Amino acid sequence: MGPVDVHSPVAEHAAELARARKDIVRIATAGSVDDGKSTLIGRLLYDSKAIFEDQYEAVARASKGDHVDLALLTDGLRAEREQGITIDVAYRYFTTPRRTFVLADTPGHVQYTRNMVTGASTADLAIVLVDARRGMVEQSRRHAFLASLLRVPHLVVAVNKMDLVGWSEEVFDRIADEFDAFAAKLSVPDLTVVPISALHGDNVVRHSPNTPWYEGPTLLHHLEHVHVASDRNLTDARFPVQYVIRPQTDEHHDYRGYAGTVASGVFRVGDEVQVLPSGLTTTIAGIDGPRGPVEEAFAPMSVTLRLDDDLDVSRGDLIGKPENVPTATQDLDALVCWMTDEPLRPRQRIAVKHTTRSVRAVVKELAYRLDVNTLHRDREATELGLNDIGRVRLRATQPLFVDDYTRNRATGRFILVDEATNATVGAGMLTPAG
Amino acid sequence: MRTPDYRLSQLETLEAESIHVIREVAAELERPVLLFSGGKDSIVMLELARKAFAPARIPFPVMHVDTGLNFPDVLEFRDKRVAELGVELIVASVPDAMARGVVREEPNGSRNRIQTPVLLDAVEEHGFTALFGGARRDEDKARAKERMFSFRDEFGQWDPKSQRPELWDLYNGRIHLGESLRVFPLSNWTELDVWQYIAREEIAIPPLYLAEEREVVERQGMLYAVNEFVRPRDGERPFRALVRYRTVGDANLTAAVRSEATTVADVIAEIAVTRMTERGATRGDDKVSDAAMEDRKKEGYF
Repeated sequence: MGPVDVHSPVAEHAAELARARKDIVRIATAGSVDDGKSTLIGRLLYDSKAIFEDQYEAVARASKGDHVDLALLTDGLRAEREQGITIDVAYRYFTTPRRTFVLADTPGHVQYTRNMVTGASTADLAIVLVDARRGMVEQSRRHAFLASLLRVPHLVVAVNKMDLVGWSEEVFDRIADEFDAFAAKLSVPDLTVVPISALHGDNVVRHSPNTPWYEGPTLLHHLEHVHVASDRNLTDARFPVQYVIRPQTDEHHDYRGYAGTVASGVFRVGDEVQVLPSGLTTTIAGIDGPRGPVEEAFAPMSVTLRLDDDLDVSRGDLIGKPENVPTATQDLDALVCWMTDEPLRPRQRIAVKHTTRSVRAVVKELAYRLDVNTLHRDREATELGLNDIGRVRLRATQPLFVDDYTRNRATGRFILVDEATNATVGAGMLTPAG
Repeated sequence: MRTPDYRLSQLETLEAESIHVIREVAAELERPVLLFSGGKDSIVMLELARKAFAPARIPFPVMHVDTGLNFPDVLEFRDKRVAELGVELIVASVPDAMARGVVREEPNGSRNRIQTPVLLDAVEEHGFTALFGGARRDEDKARAKERMFSFRDEFGQWDPKSQRPELWDLYNGRIHLGESLRVFPLSNWTELDVWQYIAREEIAIPPLYLAEEREVVERQGMLYAVNEFVRPRDGERPFRALVRYRTVGDANLTAAVRSEATTVADVIAEIAVTRMTERGATRGDDKVSDAAMEDRKKEGYF
């Protein structure tokens, strides 16, 4: 292979596209083993030209049969290939001239809840795959429910294998209607349904001649244009202190800065702020960003705040605005997704990590266990097993500074850690009791 | 640099995420160390660590696992950068370990596998509880499943089936005595992101990354620069070619590629059009088997 002419118009164009200012959109995909999820992801990666040639060739060699098996592009570990399953959340990257995508690919088998919750936790958009021949099945409901539980703002239902139902508009409409009705119950803010064939590429990147009745966007077009900027909370200023910076050098003798990531809202130099738990107020003297001082900081910038008064502020404290602070509470009412074999039971002791604050807590009460298929609340339940979701009340040894998860994903979430094994065993979303 | 719509670009988003991760480790773990090889990924990681704590110094040392087969340019670069930042450099030496009989040279001359016990010994000796590595998830299929905080048992081993779930940006840094974490702040960066960040921040890199006329020999379809570790073998005729390195590993095994990219901007243009992964293109040791990285990671490699 000869060297690339880096000054050719093609190279210059490619470099220009690469340099373009883009935003990142995070996607979670869910689907069961047979509905073609791996093929769809392979298709997205391949058709968006993100599949590097050598990976493609390795797959071409490993594929059985005549056609290249796109699913092999995503089945990562040898252990998985041998067993024909996907073990864990895998992350993929692809980029188009408009956007760059981080895709959390979650398997659809037994560990589905734990993995899907993990993948959906950071997602702007979730893709649920449905086999057109089978329509909306139990697992599709479950995936849609988990996406809504995690407050993923955009849900896409990809009705796959449309070629196997003769590209029937009627079949597609029926599935779309079913999903609409179900989504209405879940408070899914934005639902889009697309008829596709991942195997043949219809409506994935290019409009399909087989679906003249479909006037909506292709899947990729939707991913590229869905409006994610307004999903963030820019109203409630929240800054969990992560690390205190004190250089203690001659040059920066008096420097004392509070480093952290803006969880939500906007902070500006000169703003009056209130520090929790002390409740003391002061003003922002300066904000240092990665390239020096800035006038303002917003989520998810990592910055360092300097304050006008010399207060006692440490990791785990939260800086807010006096007229708008989160609730300080030791009682945590939350929907908890349990992620380990040993069940969660009342009176159990557990560690909680919320923003940058870690506290110990005791499980006071299990109000109910949720059946993720029927949404039925089982109030007789005495424990939460692996992959169960339930409403739990915890009592923490110290106050946490919280908001409802529905209002603020950043300050409404926590993880649960087993104090003996140190394993992450649960994920919690704070919601008002009810 | 006002952003009236309160949006960050992809590089700013990635930068913020990495700084968050680095600070979280410094806050929660007693004795972190940053693995610094002088390669482009670890250079970017070190720069992010500098930004995370500025104007204070980076509050942890950096460590280099020196295989004894490094390009001299890279070592020079390493020492200069470390001196500029005023951080402590720890060198874990593979030749020393070989001299002590801890590890033995492999028949193929690759020290990739034998650097793992050297790394693990150094971790134990210094009591490091967290090791920052510059690996990216887009590099390899086994890496695609890696966490930001990757838990390792007391033998430094990675068990892909028992990783901790990682939700939101809430990282679990709790470990028992003897266990450690590998932390990958660049997990979500792609090769192109790394290069664009180098361009944007005007970060210095070793000259090996840029095209220059070098004396090379061709082996199994790949070009190797002639140096103290690569001598022409029988039947090989050295010739001069305009080449650069896409990764900087051991000088005896890292191939160069033909390139006209003499500036960072050229490199970005080149990568944007070629779309060949750097490992597939230049690392002889990863071609051994499709599962090579998975196996090495289980043993404690990065």
